[in-house]
Amino acid sequence: MAQLISRLRVWRGAVLLLAGLYFLIPMAASVWFSIDDVNGISFDAYTGLLSAPGFTDSLVLTLELAVVTVVVLLLLLVPAMIAVRLGSPKLRPVLEVVCTLPLVVPPVALTAGLIGVLRWGPDYLMDTPFFQTFVFVQQPQFPLVLVIAYVLMALPLAYRALDSGLRAVDVRTLVEAARNCGASWPRAVFSVILPNLRGALLNASFLTLALVLGEFTTASILGYQPFAVWIYSVGNSQGQMSVAVSVLSLLITWVLLLLLAAAGRERRHKTATAS
Amino acid sequence: MTTAPTPVPAPAAADLSGGPVAAGAATTAPTPEPAGRRLLRGKSWLATVPLLLFFLIGFGLPAVAIVTGAFTVSSDAETGAGSFTTANVTDSVQGAYWTALLSSIKLSALTALIGTAVGVPIAQAVLTSRFRMLREAVLTASGVLANFGGLPLAFAFVATLGNAGELTKMFHLTDHGWSLYSFTGLTVAYLYFLVPLMVLTITPALEGLRVQWREAAQNNRATGLQYWRHVALPILFPSLLGGFVLLFGSAFAAYATAAAMVGATVPLISRQIADALSGNVLVGQGNLALALSLDMIIVAVLVMAVYLPLQRRSARWLS
Repeated sequence: MAQLISRLRVWRGAVLLLAGLYFLIPMAASVWFSIDDVNGISFDAYTGLLSAPGFTDSLVLTLELAVVTVVVLLLLLVPAMIAVRLGSPKLRPVLEVVCTLPLVVPPVALTAGLIGVLRWGPDYLMDTPFFQTFVFVQQPQFPLVLVIAYVLMALPLAYRALDSGLRAVDVRTLVEAARNCGASWPRAVFSVILPNLRGALLNASFLTLALVLGEFTTASILGYQPFAVWIYSVGNSQGQMSVAVSVLSLLITWVLLLLLAAAGRERRHKTATAS
Repeated sequence: MTTAPTPVPAPAAADLSGGPVAAGAATTAPTPEPAGRRLLRGKSWLATVPLLLFFLIGFGLPAVAIVTGAFTVSSDAETGAGSFTTANVTDSVQGAYWTALLSSIKLSALTALIGTAVGVPIAQAVLTSRFRMLREAVLTASGVLANFGGLPLAFAFVATLGNAGELTKMFHLTDHGWSLYSFTGLTVAYLYFLVPLMVLTITPALEGLRVQWREAAQNNRATGLQYWRHVALPILFPSLLGGFVLLFGSAFAAYATAAAMVGATVPLISRQIADALSGNVLVGQGNLALALSLDMIIVAVLVMAVYLPLQRRSARWLS
């Protein structure tokens, strides 16, 4: 038995070591690449970041897109999912299909379709009020068409995160209890269900945030310049800076997710000891 | 659903309906319900309307555009713009486009296979580890790597293994025939986001494997290998297949990674579509991109179709 356990430990250690090497070496090498200079070590790629042309603009645009995407996604998805649990179980397969279908349409294909639709504007709808909508959706300051694409891409991801959260709580019983205590419908949802879904909501939001921060395909083909496209364009002239930004953005998102997980754990501990 | 014709006093109704609901069973029997819930029955579907409408417009219209566009002459053609044709679709499965589609499928299948085979042991090793911090760090890092998209990862790989990359310089890898821009190079780079995706996907299934099953196997003198071969893997099989399908789809759809490795010589369908959309095709072939998109969707649908029926089987065991 002891032999078995020690063999298991060796096996586990070997797997973790190899995986660690594969995943850490590119990160370490990238950091080294970004500070490696002919004269030794230089942090120019990091210090010059804020003053680099387009950096703040693209970052602000991406963060705005991310926030709007997360808000729209949750506003659309959460009521639908709660309603399906509570009153319309027959719609559940529909919801599942709707939230799975975007998986079979790759972002490139979705973008091709969106361009196809956007072309209808000038082709057929020039004289109708719809044309203004097409223009509005594509305005360069805040391209709503990207929000549409990102919400669709994030649907499967957010649906899964929220679904696992909803599975852990008995929504029906909670709502019935709240209703029997005289709570109104909005109150039952906002002060009973949503607090129970906190972890799932945060998880879905952060995964969506990561998706929007890194999204390149749609934005670059449609000709906008959010963060990822900026990194790409900088890569052509300043290789070090693009690598520096890539590593930084990955690390920052990771740390945020880690903090989120830690916060969720502490909260669970508190409620566990309180009850 | 059922309508409850007889209004009953609220407490009694709560007692009646509380039982089965708390047990997690779907109540289809005509149990009397409190007025509030009956009200909800009638109107709750309204809450799904915004999502369905958004989906219909945001997803439905592009889908229609792809299908109709793929079968019509594009609007920039000299003659017959908008009329029905199969030329786009037949062109899209010939010559360079066909090669690109095949090489995309080959790359996706290979990387998904390796990703599945490598991801499972890693997930198991991390799950059974004594350090909870390690577990959390790996799972969150997987979330970031799998969702962040290929672009930053591609730059990290260019810096590491590209022609001027640190490892390439340190070990003179180019002299040994290494190139990041080859099929092998792309495979290595793709695995960097596919393996984390597998770890994320398979973790819930691995957590669902009960200790009792392992103990039962051990009591019957099964070795570790036999346990995996005869107990764990058959139960995990649908989840593994599901993970494989997800990885395949992810690799198949990937565009940023390949796009950022500018010198890459591997033809890929996603890049062909992007090129066609950016206007790098002959005049009058604007709809070729839509036909190529249709090809891509068909491949993805076919792969998904394998997986969906099997999903139910795993749900029976791992609930």
